[in-house]
Amino acid sequence: MGRATEILRARFADCFLDAHEQHGDETVVLRPAGIAAVAAFLRSDAELLFNVLMDVTAVDYPGRTPRFEVVYHFYSLPRRARLRIKLPVPEDQPEVDSLTPLWKSANWYEREVWDMFGIRFRGHPNLKRILMYEAFEGHPLRKDYPIKKRQPLIGPMN
Amino acid sequence: MADDMKQDPEVERRDNPAAAAAEDDDDARRMVINIGPSHPAMHGIIRIVTELEGETVRKAEIEIGYLHRAFEKSAEHVGWNGVMPYTDRLNYVSPLINNFGYCMAVEKLMGIRPPERAEYIRTIMAELSRVGDHLTCVGASAMELNAFTAFLYFMAARELIYELVEDVTGARITIAYGRVGGVRSDLPEGFIPKALGFFKTIRKNIAEVHGLLTRNRIFYDRMRDTGVIHAADALDYGIMGPFLRGTGVAHDLRKAEPYHMYSRVEFVVPTGTRGDNYDRYLVRMEEMEQSLRICEQCFKQMAPGTHQADIPPEYLDANQMVDAAKHARTECLIDREARLSPNMEGQEHRHKRQVIADDKTAAMPSLGKTYSNIESLMNHFMLVMNCHGIRPPAGEAYAAVEGANGELGFYAVSDGTGYPHRVRVHPPCFPIVASLEQVLVGGMVADIIATFGSVNMIGGELDR
Repeated sequence: MGRATEILRARFADCFLDAHEQHGDETVVLRPAGIAAVAAFLRSDAELLFNVLMDVTAVDYPGRTPRFEVVYHFYSLPRRARLRIKLPVPEDQPEVDSLTPLWKSANWYEREVWDMFGIRFRGHPNLKRILMYEAFEGHPLRKDYPIKKRQPLIGPMN
Repeated sequence: MADDMKQDPEVERRDNPAAAAAEDDDDARRMVINIGPSHPAMHGIIRIVTELEGETVRKAEIEIGYLHRAFEKSAEHVGWNGVMPYTDRLNYVSPLINNFGYCMAVEKLMGIRPPERAEYIRTIMAELSRVGDHLTCVGASAMELNAFTAFLYFMAARELIYELVEDVTGARITIAYGRVGGVRSDLPEGFIPKALGFFKTIRKNIAEVHGLLTRNRIFYDRMRDTGVIHAADALDYGIMGPFLRGTGVAHDLRKAEPYHMYSRVEFVVPTGTRGDNYDRYLVRMEEMEQSLRICEQCFKQMAPGTHQADIPPEYLDANQMVDAAKHARTECLIDREARLSPNMEGQEHRHKRQVIADDKTAAMPSLGKTYSNIESLMNHFMLVMNCHGIRPPAGEAYAAVEGANGELGFYAVSDGTGYPHRVRVHPPCFPIVASLEQVLVGGMVADIIATFGSVNMIGGELDR
């Protein structure tokens, strides 16, 4: 078990769900409510020093409850270590806390997750679509979004 | 009480006419200028909505997504091997790096290790790609600052890189050369001396551009202290690569987490000090030299390929081979190679076994084997037939390589079927473009061009 897993398990026992180290990637599964506190801890802890939020994404598992998983990849530049944190997010209330107060990189990544999966981020300053346009309907990376679905044309009509 | 007052700006304006007048004045002085989505000085399609005061940028809002091609959605519908050509189109200036990054993620899922020679070939091809990428970036951004000569020198050098890439992969940009477990084919005969010859010309061109730009007053003044970002901010935005190294942080994945053969070669990670456009320019110029150095060391270390073997192989036409196999005359097939069409050169059995892992669940058998024995034929079928193909065990893996712009990561999730459940790309220039909303503010309009050039935005990977 990795060091970060150990520390998180001891310190955040109330929101710790699971951990694994498949293919050498240290992974922790947490209750969504705990993410802001855990992220702040990861960033400030003198031993862990996860100073970079490398990536935020999500995965849709239709048929599983909770349906979505928000996936964070943290990187510690001084320790050259990585940590993946996953939050199971239910379909009926797809919302987690935003990490924008902690990392500027969270801003665009969270916008992308909202755009592609329709998962909201509480406290995000500018949660709007990023790759798609505003008039786009639906969230294309959800598994129930058909790959060949057509969207209405936008732009100047004449 | 104070909150109530704030809620109605009209009331506030009425109560405080002096402040309202100042605000009106401010609005009048500010002008909104739209740069892009399609603008001659911006390579790539991106829209920057700037708010100017005179010529100073006060606010910049970036709008991306104009080149969105649903890479991640398509990847879920084409099978693990089918994703390979799509990765070419992520960063189309250095497609080989994308190929290998994706391969590494799938290899991690499957627990496959490519053979040593394949790793050397990957290192060489990735470094050639990096040189090509930096040549394009520096050349194009110099051109946008009116230094057209530098652009021509660099395009001439890039042409040589493309020629080498074409010799190996058969294509210039859409190369689809990576394979899970190795690479598609071996290096062609005479590749190393040709490359070494080209390196001389490339070095000469780089030196020429150094002479043209590095101490050039106009270029220096436009690059120095423009587009400044500090190390702490860069890390806050998750920026890696030359953009981070320009701020003085010597972080390079090739050193930090060596993959391919980077642990066996010597190279220096150049850094800047001020994090401005000029430092990024210098970092890129030095990285090209280091990449060429890495290639040269790989050429020396690489065990000689089988194309230099003592005994020349005996060739047999593919159709004769198939006929012989049909009639079970297999004794004449032992140690024979199938004569392949020229565009499949380097994929004969003796090459194949050196450049791709010996793993039947991932690697295609050589065509000679496919034509001449039933096991390989079945193996081939199982890998190419619809609904079969590569099936990594259920699980997830993240693999990252040092792309030309920074960390290029692939997060792959498999559910055990022939199609990826999810392929997520962490594009290196995404955080850099995000940081522009901060970097551009306070600079002049003309600096946008210089800064945007050094960002090296690649629409293919930014918008996916």
